[in-house]
Amino acid sequence: MNKGDLPEREKGKFRPKRNWPFLLVMGIISSTYILLIVGMMYADLTFTTPGHILEALKSEEIQYATKLSLITCTVTMLLSLVVAIPTGYIMTRYDFPGKRLLDAILDIPIILPPLVIGLSLLILFQTAPGKFIESHVRITYTVYSVVIAQFMVACAFAVRTMNVTFSQINSRQEEVALTLGCSKGQAFWMILLPQTKNGILTAGSLAWARALGEFGPILVFSGATRMRTEVLPTTVFLEMSVGNIEAAVAVSLIMIFAGFGVLMVVRYFGNIGFFKTID
Amino acid sequence: MLAVKNLSIRQGDFNLHDINFQIEKGKYVVLMGKTGCGKTTIMEAILGLRKIHSGELLLNGLDISRLKPSERMIGYVPQDGALFSSMDVQSNLGFALRIRKWKKDQIAARVSELADLLGVDYLLSRKISGLSGGERQRIALGRGLAFYPEFLCLDEPLSALDEPTRDEMYELLLKLKKELNITALHVTHSKKDAKILADQIIKIEDGKIV
Repeated sequence: MNKGDLPEREKGKFRPKRNWPFLLVMGIISSTYILLIVGMMYADLTFTTPGHILEALKSEEIQYATKLSLITCTVTMLLSLVVAIPTGYIMTRYDFPGKRLLDAILDIPIILPPLVIGLSLLILFQTAPGKFIESHVRITYTVYSVVIAQFMVACAFAVRTMNVTFSQINSRQEEVALTLGCSKGQAFWMILLPQTKNGILTAGSLAWARALGEFGPILVFSGATRMRTEVLPTTVFLEMSVGNIEAAVAVSLIMIFAGFGVLMVVRYFGNIGFFKTID
Repeated sequence: MLAVKNLSIRQGDFNLHDINFQIEKGKYVVLMGKTGCGKTTIMEAILGLRKIHSGELLLNGLDISRLKPSERMIGYVPQDGALFSSMDVQSNLGFALRIRKWKKDQIAARVSELADLLGVDYLLSRKISGLSGGERQRIALGRGLAFYPEFLCLDEPLSALDEPTRDEMYELLLKLKKELNITALHVTHSKKDAKILADQIIKIEDGKIV
């Protein structure tokens, strides 16, 4: 229909609404949040000096906490991947009764308050099977409990990430592999897994970062004993509680830089799920 | 020869009942039907990728309906090729032989024979991501033929290709038909595919063979 066909009253009357007020509101709202994030980082950075950080790093306790954090996070990351890869595979490649329930259970650690996870772990190790394990290997209030506390939460994130990874990969290639003579296991190792490299990297980094920041469950389940179960978040808590804000901020910065490193890895390799890049 | 006898497949609301047909050795059969009529489902049942409710699948007299896909010796060329994206072209072509533990030089010989046959020698060390649609389908064909299958299943192998590439693929398929005397089932909704390639046409409508 060209303009000549329009009824007389419509000619030249309609003006589409302008776009800028809408975009301005959207922009203001989102930039407020971004400003807050950047502001927080900036405040941390300007609060302390490199001298403070160095001094903090010289402290034996903080060195121990850094070492323990790095080791436990790495162990937690590896454990999480070992669990998340098969779990994600089964949850995305097979249908079975009760699958929805299992899927919901896998989300529990994500929605549960961290302190509750710690408390629940503590109680779990008071039950008969828990006590049996404790009688052989001491778990509660030891380094092992740190890893378990971190693992309980971090693994849930790794499982979610692997679920997304596997479900984004069409199973057609595996099916072809089956017709070519592969067992399910061979199809998994030779065809599916090589396609999930980026997903595994994302899941691992995410688990590592979650583990690094874990505090609540560790405080309850492992305690906050210096030179024993002290990880970096514990250090921040302990330093703050004695009023040593400088050291607390210095240690926080160490964690911020570590977190940034992980985020870079995830953004660079992770083209999946909630870390999907804008382009 | 492939005989499908009283095949029934149930999946949710979708049912196929009493499917019967037979494909003689050396015949190229085209199975036609509208999208969603169940023709791909039948093919997947033959391949062992989909559970059947009842019925028999006889391949050269042997009942294969309870065998795993890996035991059926049926080559498969899916719609989009579904080439193994983490491998290069020659690893794709030789994959079935690697699984069968052929020696490296034997695999290399078979791969170069296939590459000659399909006209893809120049692609052998290329990655999958850079291939055109026609190249992909050629490789998928070669991969499915590498282990001398007794039967070949092609699922809409030409539907994603442009007209000139399609014509090239017709030529290639006719050549393979003649030279290898393959027994094949080709699923499609294209009348042209059927007209050019088929020795026999089977039509499926509302879950029944007509």
